Amino acid sequence: MGNSEQKIKKIALIGNPNVGKSVLFSRLTGVRVLVSNYPGTTVEFLKSKITIDGDEVEIVDLPGTYSLEPNVPAEEVAVKMLTDVDLIINVIDATNLERNLYLTMELLETKHPMIIALNMSDELKHRGISINKDDLEKLLGVKVTLTSGITGVGIKQLKENINKANPVNVATRTHQQRWIEIGTIVDKIQRLSHRHHTFLEILEDASVNHWWGFVIAVGAIFISFKVVRFIGEGLINYVLDPFFNSIYLPFLEYLSGLLNSGSFLHSILIGHLIEGKIDFQQSMGVLTTAPYVELVMVFPYVLAFYLLLSFLEDSGYIPRLALLLDNIMHKLGLHGFAIIPVLLGFGCNVPGILGTRILESKRERFIASTLISIGIPCAALQAMIVGILGGFGGRYVALVYAVLFIVWLFLGAAMNYFLKGYSPELFLEIPPYRMPSLKLLLKKVFYRIRGFIIEAMPVVLASVLVINVLQQIHLFEFISGLFGPVLSFVFGLPKEAIWVLIVGILRKDIAAGMLIPLDLTIKQLVIACVVLSMSFPCIATFVIFMKELGMKRLIQATMIMLAITMLVGGALNMMM
Amino acid sequence: MKRISLIKMKARQTGTILEIEGGSAFEKRLAAMGISIGKHVTKLSAFVMRGPVAIKVGRTVVALGYGMASKVWVIPNKK
Ligand SMILES: Nc1nc2c(ncn2[C@@H]2O[C@H](COP(=O)(O)OP(=O)(O)O)[C@@H](O)[C@H]2O)c(=O)[nH]1
Ligand SMILES: [Mg+2]
Repeated sequence: MGNSEQKIKKIALIGNPNVGKSVLFSRLTGVRVLVSNYPGTTVEFLKSKITIDGDEVEIVDLPGTYSLEPNVPAEEVAVKMLTDVDLIINVIDATNLERNLYLTMELLETKHPMIIALNMSDELKHRGISINKDDLEKLLGVKVTLTSGITGVGIKQLKENINKANPVNVATRTHQQRWIEIGTIVDKIQRLSHRHHTFLEILEDASVNHWWGFVIAVGAIFISFKVVRFIGEGLINYVLDPFFNSIYLPFLEYLSGLLNSGSFLHSILIGHLIEGKIDFQQSMGVLTTAPYVELVMVFPYVLAFYLLLSFLEDSGYIPRLALLLDNIMHKLGLHGFAIIPVLLGFGCNVPGILGTRILESKRERFIASTLISIGIPCAALQAMIVGILGGFGGRYVALVYAVLFIVWLFLGAAMNYFLKGYSPELFLEIPPYRMPSLKLLLKKVFYRIRGFIIEAMPVVLASVLVINVLQQIHLFEFISGLFGPVLSFVFGLPKEAIWVLIVGILRKDIAAGMLIPLDLTIKQLVIACVVLSMSFPCIATFVIFMKELGMKRLIQATMIMLAITMLVGGALNMMM
Repeated sequence: MKRISLIKMKARQTGTILEIEGGSAFEKRLAAMGISIGKHVTKLSAFVMRGPVAIKVGRTVVALGYGMASKVWVIPNKK
């Protein structure tokens, strides 16, 4: 049926979680989307337009669902969207055909025009599976294309098949009947050849084991730290710092001479000279410290972090971590799956809080979001903590992390105790390991880094500019004098540190950078780093928290945050 | 052979699913993932302290909370 009288206006990609819908969406439309090797990456639907035979058609990427009887909010989104769709592209993981066909059966019963993308076809061979596509087509009555989101095979064919889509006249069946039919189909068209378990498959099972799993997890976390440090420090010491000092510095020195030390413009652009010289860490100029902090001290670690996170995401390791941590997370009113937004939060709190959408209940989302904004320092701030405290010895860095971790556990346990309700149980599919596609991985890292630079640079430059102007017009000391005494009383910090907290609301990294010229003791630095991590999340996090959870929840979280920051900062001041 | 729940199975033990308690919604949710009565199941992990259970059915690996796992009954295979 050519669908000649009725034009297709809206197409939906639908399928089980983690079958490659988003990769195909991106291949079909050219729009970039976040893909990861775990269920629940797409929590909202994405829209774009493609042209088919000269007509513009809307295409949507839906969250994955196992059936048309939704069990979690993301699945509900998918099922609701289906009602006004003209054509379905059912994406199937060819390496797990039987399981995927259940949804296909249900979709056929909706009588929508439909085509099928048999995705992950590149994995069939080494998993010892062969599928007779033509027979599958005949048995189901709809067009089937073997595709691969990774290699791009079949995408063109899939697009061409859109016009050949046809609805099938299938009566609604019971559960049982569907499974029987699937059994018959699979028997006819799929052949499995026996082969030895591959190393990856052995690792797959070992890493969810209650004993080996933890051994592997400790190893993985240890290696992760090493890798991030290696990449971060390497870039700083051998690439970026030398570049700034040998190429950018001479230019600044020339400019400094031109402007005359002490002039208004000099104070703002170059900042203070330290013993007659520009000091990238201390001068605090818009052209000196601001770019140095962001590009030399922070950027390398952010890059390293996202490379690692993206690798972990695409390989399929994270759901295994979720399983291993499920027990602990339950003590905090969450389940293991909540580790995903938490890990995202280590990069930036904003995607972390957005990521809590994968959790079922409002209560879980509140607990997770509050824990992320208080206890999880973003990558940019962590880079600065390492940069500032590392010189005094790794144990001070470890101390800050230890304090944050303890706060995190206690706060989570307290919220779990006091908040009404209970936390749902873990229910999570664990995908097979996949060797990440280097191209997709680098693309993902590139977009994350680009986002970071675009968002961070202007704010950092503007913050330093405003601070310097305030200093020039003497408003700086006035405000320091007003709030400073509280700060020195509770945290033992000098009154100028109030500016660190104020700037911290805009961005944490440059705020931490402002600690360097203050000449603090190591005790003060540790307290300042803890307070900066825990106190007001940056404004971007604030806004997203409000959007996602509402004003009332935001105020509650802020109250908790203020109280606990005072408590922990004050306690550290007394004990250290 | 006596039936036991997923909880009582040992890691790496295999069996056949006999019964799924806990209401039809739960049963359907599992079924949509390919886990249903008569299916062959392997337990992959057994955590202490009422921890989750990971099982493998066909090519699907699923982690279930303790409560859910206690509602899935299995006839274990002899070693
Ligand atoms: N080997 C292989 N991996 C794929 C293919 N399509 C997607 N992937 C990977 O499978 C994972 C899930 O993809 P994604 O598009 O996020 O799935 P979605 O949840 O269905 O949107 C990602 O790690 C992808 O890189 C494919 O055709 N072959
Ligand atoms: Mg997706």
